[in-house]
Amino acid sequence: MKNNVLKKDIVIVGGGPAGLAAAAACYDAGAADTLILEREDALGGILKQCIHNGFGLTRFRENMTGPEYAARFVSEVEKRGIASLTGTTVLGIRAGRGSQKTITAANGRGGIFEIRAKAVILAMGCRERGKGALNIPGSRPAGLYSAGTAQKYVNLYGESVGKEIVILGSGDIGLIMARRMTLEGARVRAVCEIMPYSSGLRRNIAQCLDDFGIPLYLSTTVTRIHGRERVEGVTVAQVDGRKRPVAGTERFIPCDTVLFSVGLIPENELARKAGVEIDPRTRGAAVDETRETSLPGVFACGNVLQVHDLVDFVSEEAELAGRSAAAFALNGAVKKRFVSVENGAGVSYVVPQKLNILRGSAGVSDAAPQSPNFLSGGAEGASNAVPQSPVLLRGGEVKLYFRPDGVYRNAVIEVKDGEKTVAQKNRAAVAPGEMETVTLKPPFTDISGDLTVSIRENGSRETRS
Amino acid sequence: MAVNLICIECPRGCELRVEIADGGVSGVTGNFCPKGKLYAETECVRPTRVLTTTARMADGRMLPVKTARPIAKDKLFSVMAAVNRLLPAPPVVIGQILAENISGTGANLVAAAAKN
Repeated sequence: MKNNVLKKDIVIVGGGPAGLAAAAACYDAGAADTLILEREDALGGILKQCIHNGFGLTRFRENMTGPEYAARFVSEVEKRGIASLTGTTVLGIRAGRGSQKTITAANGRGGIFEIRAKAVILAMGCRERGKGALNIPGSRPAGLYSAGTAQKYVNLYGESVGKEIVILGSGDIGLIMARRMTLEGARVRAVCEIMPYSSGLRRNIAQCLDDFGIPLYLSTTVTRIHGRERVEGVTVAQVDGRKRPVAGTERFIPCDTVLFSVGLIPENELARKAGVEIDPRTRGAAVDETRETSLPGVFACGNVLQVHDLVDFVSEEAELAGRSAAAFALNGAVKKRFVSVENGAGVSYVVPQKLNILRGSAGVSDAAPQSPNFLSGGAEGASNAVPQSPVLLRGGEVKLYFRPDGVYRNAVIEVKDGEKTVAQKNRAAVAPGEMETVTLKPPFTDISGDLTVSIRENGSRETRS
Repeated sequence: MAVNLICIECPRGCELRVEIADGGVSGVTGNFCPKGKLYAETECVRPTRVLTTTARMADGRMLPVKTARPIAKDKLFSVMAAVNRLLPAPPVVIGQILAENISGTGANLVAAAAKN
């Protein structure tokens, strides 16, 4: 394929929930010449192994399993005839000086080959933090798995990973696997969480642990893994406010398997190599409200951008990135002027990290006319004939996603431009395990400086927002 | 008497407070939506769950499956055993009924993915 460089309007890296939703949105926004590159043999990403339900409640008002949710989007992509290459690994992305991007990929059929694209959407998802990041002493016996790896063995290959289980970390995947292994006949002896609260959803503690009498030990961690050939048990201990084990609280729990559910990390090696600016708070790209990264025409969405709790919001974000990428591929770049969006008190990160205050203003008229196909998609709220970014056509509001840095009751969420409050909402309770949002309403042109999102507790009792 | 429950109907996870009188639910507070009230009423009388699991197919591959409606919580393990005996043969379409009224639960077991 050496002299036969593929040319595409848009290349999407990753065929999981983000890539699939982005692809359909690209097509619906007029960019039909889109290609999905997926390194696994089938589309669907991590949803393929997420056989539990709870997906789609927001988006479809249905309680779907992961494979069902994925199938819905795969069929949308197939209906539109969008091209995809599975079993294909992207090795690199180069953003040249012009608007062209060059994607280097490899598969068993074409070897190493290049694709030129006007826009690229990063949708590579995330991976699990490994045990190595935890610095637990002990040898490296068999029986240590990340929760997602165990999920893959059990759900995709039908392999049992162990009989007596201890789970370190109470992220949702760990909770889901506690139930799954119990149903498959294993005994889950404990879930240990170093923080004083679980990072998983409350409902998962109820339906995955409480339903089966599985104990959750908060402010507790594994201090030693025992066993040479195979895990024989763990020593757990309570931790103090600075996460240090408290002497005298150690106890031994026998087990043959330890699962780690200790967090997810956006998989951004490709983005880093390409020169995309990464936000150290999210470990994802720093993006504006259209999900454009620091490289013009390179967009990011889903768990590669920020680790979401719910796939419904991955789809929503991916559609936004898809519409934005389509607008870029069809119309070229628009003029932007950014203010940054910062995390204030009580907030650990905010996405997007910057806001284009020119979005929707009359001054943004350098875009080429849009295709009729594009305009037909969700044109409600378009107030004038000036070509605008696609998000503006959908009302112009900007949703900020953020995570609280702790548990707050009667929380007041505020977005401030200096001393001026530009958005505010109340929540009965917020916690780090659950992503929050706040919506900014246009116009944005009178924003005078950087925005700050903060959470404070209100003394008075609040009703739900 | 009152019990506290976490609603499992959606990711919101409402903290429900359920008043119980004369062996029945006399009041529910803390629910954001009507599903929460229904959940509390069912949960306190006859708790049910949707079971999601996998069935090994005749050709050895794993097929994600689920009960098409919630089943009695105390039947989860007997349905697990029944699913392991099914060995469905390909091809399977998504939503296909693999077993009617599985283990007498009143629910059908359906495929949650297609397998050619």
